[in-house]
Amino acid sequence: MEPFKHHQGLVVPYDMPNVDTDQIIPAQFLKKIDRVGFGELLFHALRYNKDGSPNKDFVLNDPRYAGGTILVAGPQFGIGSSREHAPWALQQYGFKAVISPSFGDIFKSNCYQNGLLPIALSEADVRTIIERAQELKGYQVTIDLEAQEVRDSAGLAAHFAIDPFRKQNLLKGLDDIGLTLQNADAITAFEKAYR
Amino acid sequence: MAGKTLFEKIWDAHVVREEAGKPSLLYVDLHLVHEVTSPQAFDGLRMAGRKVRRIDRTVAVADHNVPTADRDKPLTDEIAAAQLAALARNTKEFGLEYFDMDSKGQGIVHVIGPEQGRTQPGMIIVCGDSHTATHGAVGAMAFGIGTSEVEHVLATQCLWQAKPKTMEIRVKGALKPGVTAKDLILGIIAQIGTGGGVGYAIEYTGEAVRGLSMEGRMTVCNMSIEAGARTGMVAADQTTFDYLKGREHSPQGAEWDKAVAYWKTFVTDKDAKFDKVVEFDASKLEPQVTWGTNPAQGANVSGRVPRPEDLPEAERAPLEKALKYMGLAGGEAISDIAIDRVFIGSCTNSRIEDLRAAASVAKGRHVAKGVSAMVVPGSWVVKQQAEAEGLDKVFTEAGFDWREAGCSMCLAMNPDRLVPGERCASTSNRNFEGRQGPGGRTHLVSPEMAAAAAIAGHFVDHRTL
Repeated sequence: MEPFKHHQGLVVPYDMPNVDTDQIIPAQFLKKIDRVGFGELLFHALRYNKDGSPNKDFVLNDPRYAGGTILVAGPQFGIGSSREHAPWALQQYGFKAVISPSFGDIFKSNCYQNGLLPIALSEADVRTIIERAQELKGYQVTIDLEAQEVRDSAGLAAHFAIDPFRKQNLLKGLDDIGLTLQNADAITAFEKAYR
Repeated sequence: MAGKTLFEKIWDAHVVREEAGKPSLLYVDLHLVHEVTSPQAFDGLRMAGRKVRRIDRTVAVADHNVPTADRDKPLTDEIAAAQLAALARNTKEFGLEYFDMDSKGQGIVHVIGPEQGRTQPGMIIVCGDSHTATHGAVGAMAFGIGTSEVEHVLATQCLWQAKPKTMEIRVKGALKPGVTAKDLILGIIAQIGTGGGVGYAIEYTGEAVRGLSMEGRMTVCNMSIEAGARTGMVAADQTTFDYLKGREHSPQGAEWDKAVAYWKTFVTDKDAKFDKVVEFDASKLEPQVTWGTNPAQGANVSGRVPRPEDLPEAERAPLEKALKYMGLAGGEAISDIAIDRVFIGSCTNSRIEDLRAAASVAKGRHVAKGVSAMVVPGSWVVKQQAEAEGLDKVFTEAGFDWREAGCSMCLAMNPDRLVPGERCASTSNRNFEGRQGPGGRTHLVSPEMAAAAAIAGHFVDHRTL
């Protein structure tokens, strides 16, 4: 996993609540047995017309937001299915972080496992970022994981909370399994004592 | 010292390692694996040269992709076939027990776990599927995980988990006749919202919950995730023990008595405190029908679809988007909504009791003209049982399709799916956009309500049919 320390990028606003993982990556694309090729399938039903052409009304097809690396959306982002294909698709599209007032629980852990940063900010701060991304061309924010802060050049400085364990793993790009296997003796001891 | 909740007791019994301020390393009793969320996990093991730590605590089944008709013919979907072949190959290579599409015992992962007696009180159970909380119905802590975590459990039999807060959903009063476990959980989700359970482990308590069968409790726990909770549970009682006794993987003989004594310790102590308590009044509940694109967007069958103009202007956009997708204007009577398709199945409502309930409505009646209805049993065992009881005949004589077991049109990964614009009364768990096929429109209901809608051609209170 690639370490995540600091990132500055273009913000893509998707001003909708309850964006479920079926929207992020529809089930018909979950049949692949490898981890690649999900970026072009991200938000498939919303992003493409029935004939396969890009839906001009969808935010990812707006040329203003081409090359965006930070997605900002309404509350309850990533609810529903546990499919890890959702963070894979977001990441393979080019997103490094998602900002929302709140996240689906399994989606959030799946993000951490892949080094995609889910950032929960207050409704007011999310509203500010969405509005600036809609109004200001080329609007960027900077994410500083060490300081746990999202900043922009117009004076926004929003602190976010993150589990210290997750933070360390992201900063170092650590693999959970390797970490757990350092506790192999403890696991074996537990198994011996377990009923 | 204050007592502990059921959840805290299960948690404490599984801690391999804990340190203040960090997630705990928890031991997993049972890991259920299916074809969709596992191939990349097995690849990860292979690349790192790792083995499955406990093959005796791991079981795999084909359910999400499998066709529910024409199983004697080759799969028409080559990509699905490749994914099923990958699971067969992976389980063979790593030495895991596997129920393929043609085996007795095959079925939806959350149906076969309890059915085979693998799911037991006090356990931690995980699966790469968000509806894993179903198993919480026996008094277990069961939750869905992603593919990286599947790989982690395969390699270590453990998971790092931050301790959630505890929530009691205390259901007061009794359900009226004909109001089901599905209506109860839809009602609870409508009350607390899709985010109401985020960060919590839910325990469902109260008279109405105690009165539910195991199947009903599974329906309730199954949809905990739709309120944002990762897990939901019901403490084990005599109903649970009666259900588990004699099942293939349940303890036998003297071991049974020991197990029951152990299981009985997994109840919330009288002096335990939950972080949050939510009360729900079951006595006022009517059969539910969802009208929108998330499971909290539901109403009584006697109610109406909400109108955007009744909301402040700033709040209308999400409702307008949902109604536009659903092909509704707002303000319609629920019972005026006509349907094209009916799906009775899924890990929420495909057990024998669900099929009996739907059959009791369908018996002696016929599916309305222009409506296509299907019944997909949750497992091979459920199908056999239903056929032994003659339920298949009831359904086919009433014009329903009778299928083989699988996830089917709950998530439309197999050939069973809606075409754009089709409207479906479904006993499944999600009415998200495109969930049952791109452009398809899903209304979540109980098995009785789905059967009644099939007969009437529109939603109708099954008690008045």
